[in-house]
Amino acid sequence: MKQMIAVLRRELVGYFATPLAYVFIVLFLFSMGAFTFYVGNFYEAGNADLSSFFGFHPWLYLFFIPAISMRLWAEEQKSGTIELLMTLPIPLWSMVTGKFLAAWAFTGLALFLTFPIWLTVNYLGDPDNGVIFASYIGSFFMAGGYLAIGSCLSALTRNQVIAFVLSVVICFLFTVSGLPLVLDFFSSWAPKILVTTIASFSFMTHFEAIMDGVIDLRDIVFFITLISLWLTVNAIVLDQKKAG
Amino acid sequence: MSQVLIEVEHLRKSFGGFRAVDGLSFSVSKGEVLGFLGPNGAGKSTTMKMLTGFLTPSAGRARICGAEISDDLLEVRENIGYLPEGAPAYGDMTPGQFLRFIAQVRGYEKQAANKAIADAVAKTQLQSVLDQPIDTLSKGFKRRVGIAQAILHNPPVLIMDEPTDGLDPNQKFAVRRLITAMAKEKAIIISTHILEEVEAVCTRALIIDQGRIVADGTPAELIARSRYHNAVTLEVATGDADLIRQGLKEIEGAGDISEVAMNAASKRITVFPKDPETLLIDDVAIVSTEKHWPIKSLYAEAGRLDEVFRSLTTSDAGEQGAVS
Repeated sequence: MKQMIAVLRRELVGYFATPLAYVFIVLFLFSMGAFTFYVGNFYEAGNADLSSFFGFHPWLYLFFIPAISMRLWAEEQKSGTIELLMTLPIPLWSMVTGKFLAAWAFTGLALFLTFPIWLTVNYLGDPDNGVIFASYIGSFFMAGGYLAIGSCLSALTRNQVIAFVLSVVICFLFTVSGLPLVLDFFSSWAPKILVTTIASFSFMTHFEAIMDGVIDLRDIVFFITLISLWLTVNAIVLDQKKAG
Repeated sequence: MSQVLIEVEHLRKSFGGFRAVDGLSFSVSKGEVLGFLGPNGAGKSTTMKMLTGFLTPSAGRARICGAEISDDLLEVRENIGYLPEGAPAYGDMTPGQFLRFIAQVRGYEKQAANKAIADAVAKTQLQSVLDQPIDTLSKGFKRRVGIAQAILHNPPVLIMDEPTDGLDPNQKFAVRRLITAMAKEKAIIISTHILEEVEAVCTRALIIDQGRIVADGTPAELIARSRYHNAVTLEVATGDADLIRQGLKEIEGAGDISEVAMNAASKRITVFPKDPETLLIDDVAIVSTEKHWPIKSLYAEAGRLDEVFRSLTTSDAGEQGAVS
């Protein structure tokens, strides 16, 4: 546990040691604003809610999260520090969890910094803050899901660009698997159980359920299970590297 | 009987079809500094990676302070200080932050961590750069950060992959002195390309080639294997060379004689003993005095480690060229 916290802290310090973190947060906030106001027509819709804001989260995460996660393990492998880290007396799970939690905390911070939009909507109207709170929670867990995927794929390669592209592709599949675009393709021939399984893997399906203001335990469990699974695979990938 | 801290039995590592390490067995006791010598690709680093648990052996076993690397890796790692090849460190951190991270991971409380860090910093002379990002440091400082990290927890076993690579002569001297100073309390393995380093710090050396041990002994024993062991070299004027060579041939016990032109005016003649244990120097000195040879210098050779190295290793032609 102590070691996990040490890894987590080192990772977090690493984010802010370079301008990278600040650039990322600025770009993230800017994109969030741009999409909400210009593409999502926040004002024109005339509703005192943040659905036009949260609706874009899966799509923005699709590119922003892999940008955070790509360096988690790829950089260690590139610079050789993986050999240092893996020969310290740290249990593998502590390393994987520590790094993941650092990235998740960083994402959480970026997400938290979108609070002016919440102030705006409260100033303009009388929104249901319970729904907004639930959506933030949902968005945070969804971000964790994307991060776990990205972390695992980052362990596969020493090249950050490859890690980024792989993560975007896999995250995209997990995003769209609930959309008609994908489901129609399967529904014509595949058994219904397969179609619902594919749909149930969609981040959108679960996130939209939460966005409706109901934090269903099943949706949270979905994300937690998904995170655990990908992090387990992440640890297995790292362990396999020892075989050479 | 000294305490054996590192025991390695038939350790083997294959990558695909390639055998990087092919059945190494050795042990290192407390107080010993074992040098791994060998050309690039001989398996030195791979062996170290297996001992520290970064790679899993394909076969064989190893124990560090009694703990098997195959089943108690965390305990093994507690007892090892490891400097990986190239001394990797987190470049965006300062040495101060980096060493603090290592201390935290190694389970030190704040007070104890401060002391351990201060000790390691003092031993590696890092005081002046503690607050500069590691990325901006010179190669010598980076290497010393790596060494500081390895010795921070005062481990009984120290494994260092090319600890003096990239250091200037003064820094090399300092690192060797540090290793020698720690040697009494620890079992140390270092790998090196620098043959003089073996003589300077190692109590024993293994010459490794193509994953196998081709020689094992103290530096003096290894040097004794050299053709030059107990040979006598004379530096003479070119004009006198023929006469002197004739005279040397007549000495009892003298074998081959080689001649190297040093410049237009002088030559170096080396006479090798037939039996490596014969001491020729006395006879050569007597003969030269009797015959009043005009000699510029005369000395007995201890042996040349680079020659032993070249004669025993074959796996990388380019490397052999570089060592001579």
